[in-house]
Amino acid sequence: MKFSLNIWRQKGPDEKGSFMTYEARDVSAGMSFLEMLDGVNQGLIAKGEEPVAFEQDCREGICGSCSLVINGIPHGPDRGITTCQLYMRRFPDGAAITIEPWRARAFPIIKDLVVDRRALDRVMQAGGYISVNTGGAVDGNVLLISKDQAETAMDAASCIGCGACVAACKNASAMLFVAAKVSHLALLPQGKPERTRRVKAMLGVMDREGFGSCGNQNECEAVCPKGISVRFIAALNREYLRAGVVELGLPAEPESPHAESA
Amino acid sequence: MMKLDPRIPAGPLETKWDRHRFSEKLVSPNNKRKITVIVVGTGLAGASAASTLGQLGYQVECFCFQDSPRRAHSIAAQGGINAAKNYQDDGDSVGRLFYDTIKGGDFRSREANVYRLAQVSAQIIDQCVALGIPFAREYGGQLANRSFGGVQVSRTFYCRGQTGQQLLLGAYSALCWQIERGQVTMRPRTEMLDLVVIDGQARGIVVRDLVTGRVSVHTAHAVVLATGGYSNVYYLSTNATGSNVTATYRAWKQGAAFANPCFTQIHPTAIPPGDAHQAKLTLMSESLRNDGRLWVPKAAADYRSPGDIPAAERDYFLERRYPRFGNLAPRDLASRAVKAVCDEGRGIGPGGHGVYLDFADVIDQQGLDVVRERYGNLFDMYQRITGEDAYHAPMRIYPAPHYTMGGLWVDYNLMSTVPGLFVIGEANFADHGANRLGASSLMQGLADGYLILPYTIGHYLATAKLISVGEDHKESRAALQRVTNRVGRLLNAKGHRTAASFHREVGKLLWNHCGMSRNEEGLKSALTSIPSLREEFWRDVMVPGSGEIFNQELEYAGRVADYLEFAELLCHDALHREESCGAHFREEFQTDEGEPQRDDSRFSYVAAWEYREGASPTLHKEPLAFEFVAPTRRSYQ
Repeated sequence: MKFSLNIWRQKGPDEKGSFMTYEARDVSAGMSFLEMLDGVNQGLIAKGEEPVAFEQDCREGICGSCSLVINGIPHGPDRGITTCQLYMRRFPDGAAITIEPWRARAFPIIKDLVVDRRALDRVMQAGGYISVNTGGAVDGNVLLISKDQAETAMDAASCIGCGACVAACKNASAMLFVAAKVSHLALLPQGKPERTRRVKAMLGVMDREGFGSCGNQNECEAVCPKGISVRFIAALNREYLRAGVVELGLPAEPESPHAESA
Repeated sequence: MMKLDPRIPAGPLETKWDRHRFSEKLVSPNNKRKITVIVVGTGLAGASAASTLGQLGYQVECFCFQDSPRRAHSIAAQGGINAAKNYQDDGDSVGRLFYDTIKGGDFRSREANVYRLAQVSAQIIDQCVALGIPFAREYGGQLANRSFGGVQVSRTFYCRGQTGQQLLLGAYSALCWQIERGQVTMRPRTEMLDLVVIDGQARGIVVRDLVTGRVSVHTAHAVVLATGGYSNVYYLSTNATGSNVTATYRAWKQGAAFANPCFTQIHPTAIPPGDAHQAKLTLMSESLRNDGRLWVPKAAADYRSPGDIPAAERDYFLERRYPRFGNLAPRDLASRAVKAVCDEGRGIGPGGHGVYLDFADVIDQQGLDVVRERYGNLFDMYQRITGEDAYHAPMRIYPAPHYTMGGLWVDYNLMSTVPGLFVIGEANFADHGANRLGASSLMQGLADGYLILPYTIGHYLATAKLISVGEDHKESRAALQRVTNRVGRLLNAKGHRTAASFHREVGKLLWNHCGMSRNEEGLKSALTSIPSLREEFWRDVMVPGSGEIFNQELEYAGRVADYLEFAELLCHDALHREESCGAHFREEFQTDEGEPQRDDSRFSYVAAWEYREGASPTLHKEPLAFEFVAPTRRSYQ
């Protein structure tokens, strides 16, 4: 198989970028999309030219490094996968493929297809944790957690932090990312004591980092490689509303970690 | 002259750790504030250590080469984490986890270390639950368990097929808290390229900022390496493509002994290699062996499709060879059994590199839905990569390099032969002996980082005499110069071959001569080929671009250069160990039935290699004393 690739090249953060066209030859259907790009790069390096910079690491869809907009869709045409899990059998022989970086104000381009996603780390540092010291934790079975609740928490916790949700959103909102973490922790008894502070702090930093607000168009869920549901955005909004009520000094539900959760 | 003192506390096994902790000196809270510790790597071990040290009050500088600490390769661990909780009341205990681990490692690890690991295992689960890890639960709300290869109890805790991800994100969240508090300074996209040793103590590292290309020195009171294993020396492995040996190898060259490098684990169940352009091998979780049955046709060159081969003409080779453990035989035995049937010409699929992993029986007995719930994500992954549907035809699997038990030598305090250089997680050699059991790496990484290192490093910091040093110290400048020279050399070669082509070549050489089975002739031939390949690399490698920019090819070429040196150390160790134990199988040393033959009289020791410039490495031996268990022949039959 062969393909015509239209790839965004940009030398550095302050340089002007443009699309360049490359041919990918001798591609087999069983090659992954990134292996196809490896092949193109090997050809460029052998000629002494700079290869196309792109991010990747685990190549099995879990580390969240890879980040390409392929023909206009983050992580490419298939649902529920990352770019590294996309195989060339998905494309017709001879196709033209356009490859761009994540585009969002909060993700400045470092080079070619590589962007700086540290803004997501800063959102996490604002409150995406349970403040518990190492050592002295009670036995893991002291607080029972229903299977359904644990499974729903796990659905939210499976976010890989790739940023596709931001790249797909026309507002470049990180709501699905924040919602996944806030929901995961709010669902568990261990996360309840800090839920009020957490949701306000994380959303505050999300705004400050230049992510937009949610437009309820659900593109984020459509491109999420882990299929994280926009229902968690509803849960996030509820958590935020609840935090406002608590701050006004009005009674919300009890904060006891032993309380049954909704 | 290097001296190996394992510093194992005397007295009964059960109380060694408690007594040791009590006898350790502490650093007062006021002084902790004035102490800086460098942690390199943010996988389970690194992130848990950095966060715990920060929480204790130390100033921590933490480094990773990825764009975020959350992406370290621990994230890809699928199956689970072991702990001696005995929630299932199936006969588990600290003693049994200890025994399983030391036997699983073929009696090539330290009793005291392994016992401590089993002791703290239960506390790890409690800590992880407190951090909000959504472990699988029973309907009654209690933590669920499953069984894993090489043991007869259910002690594995899990989060679907993403346990490593959840544990890592838990440690990452703890790290985020300490970053927010100002206790940890996080430096992502920063790669360690050398170690700074001053007056015999590890006092800093040289790093390259991967975005700007700036090379600089960071000094501290102690350095912790949590930089993972070196399976990628084989080129194709289950590791992330960025995982590399550079940090530990550079530390080796500055005086840290490297222990048992030839103990490399080849995991039995990965998707078989396909294309020549393939960049990595994808692991299918060991948990699949709980329900899947491995088989090949009884006859060689039987090309019928699996459904056309009747039961009587199938060889369920693990069940035949290891009736007591069957398909749950430990990884090293399972991998070699797969290789053996493929060598007999009975392998299936392209090139005969594969065996079937068949779920037909469990689907018959328990239904498709049960299998889908248990393994759905793995079956989906398999289908995406191979285009085949494993619900209707058996999976094809083949072994792949996965984990390295060898690593930098450490004493009971997890300190290397360079005072002040601590090594944790997969990067050290300590707990798994010659073979690691499933779901034990997550346990060890978190044990080292959360519960062991934070104690032992305190004693060092409280007792060592540490002068004030900075980046203008002559040793710092010398280390910086070493790195600058090397980067320059890589860029100036301007040859014709890509770094990847050398990596592929050295990987293939090792896979053939120092992979699942080894022999003297093959190892000797590898030892002659590697130096000439290395020379060719430095003469003919092509690294485009400059050092002052974001240059991924430069990063990669530096790692490949280290593989080309490290490969030799690996082969030296494999050649010297004239026995078969655990994952190290020397063809000359096997029983008539093809089982490994260990030689305790000659090789019951840790092989710790010392770097010598321009000469072969020097071997030092740490004898292994077994006071509490008697090494037996490791039989799973």
